[in-house]
Amino acid sequence: MTSNTQAPSHESASNTHHGHSHGHEAAHGSFKSYMIGFVLSVILTAIPFWLVMGGVFDSKLATAFMVMALGVVQIVVHMIYFLHMNPRSEGGWTLMALIFTLVLVGITLAGSLWVMHHLNANMMPMTPEMMKNMP
Amino acid sequence: MSQTHVETRGSTTDAPQFYLTEEHHPEGSTMLGFWLYLMSDCLIFAVLFATHGVLGRSYAAGPSPADLFDLPLVAINTAMLLLSSITYGFAMLQMERGAKAETLFWLGITGIFGLIFLGLELYEFAHLIHEGAGPTRSAFLSSFFTLVGTHGLHVTFGIIWLVTLMVQVGKFGLIPENRRRLMCLSMFWHFLDVVWIGVFSFVYLMGVLG
Repeated sequence: MTSNTQAPSHESASNTHHGHSHGHEAAHGSFKSYMIGFVLSVILTAIPFWLVMGGVFDSKLATAFMVMALGVVQIVVHMIYFLHMNPRSEGGWTLMALIFTLVLVGITLAGSLWVMHHLNANMMPMTPEMMKNMP
Repeated sequence: MSQTHVETRGSTTDAPQFYLTEEHHPEGSTMLGFWLYLMSDCLIFAVLFATHGVLGRSYAAGPSPADLFDLPLVAINTAMLLLSSITYGFAMLQMERGAKAETLFWLGITGIFGLIFLGLELYEFAHLIHEGAGPTRSAFLSSFFTLVGTHGLHVTFGIIWLVTLMVQVGKFGLIPENRRRLMCLSMFWHFLDVVWIGVFSFVYLMGVLG
């Protein structure tokens, strides 16, 4: 009984909330968009596992490239269908923050790998035996 | 002079109206603020990924990823996290409809998938440590445990947050405050799945490739 009397008030509260918030909040997904995202994610997850576990390509480099490329595609799929990213949400500031973060992530990853690879390349070569006898 | 006085008095009598709209605005910026938090969290993971990228081939004459990683287990783990993502999506759709019981049901399912994911990850960690491939074995394993462990810690706190919100929704219903909290957790949960894409691609699959 109590839930019956409460239900309409909830409904109206949610309606006013909706009317207010639609302008500046992130877009909400629909059942269809969630399912599209889910099916795409399953496919984009299954392919790299199949490539590595089945040893489909002879070339390791080709497999590695495909795994990373499919990972990037899946991240974009998640951003669009699960996190509801679009250029309009929050007046474009979420996308702006994301782009800024991606630039920082790119600098961090590429910079670290580049610098550390050069350091490694310029070190004196060592055999595993020498490594074991190190202090 | 007197007119401005009257005007301020007028606005104070209208105060409840203004207060309500004031209360509503932070809700929009909460999402943006939480997004900024997620972006800073993204930087933490980027640094850990970079560390793993640098140290991931330093085995110190110890076991390599191909010896250690059990890809079928990782695949099941990935499936669990992906399923928990879609069930959280269903919970959000039920929340939009204002259906409290269904929202709680899907949140519960999400929590169970999250717990299975954590259980499998802890099993994997225990198995590795038992085999003598603990975080102290080599630089590769140190960076592996730090990266995957940090992700697991995030999932743990996500589950604690999820249970807290289930209690809140059960007690107070789908009030605007709880809707806002559920939307924040939604972003957090999907973000963790995004990070996991990086983990299974870069750490597990690329690691096994060698």
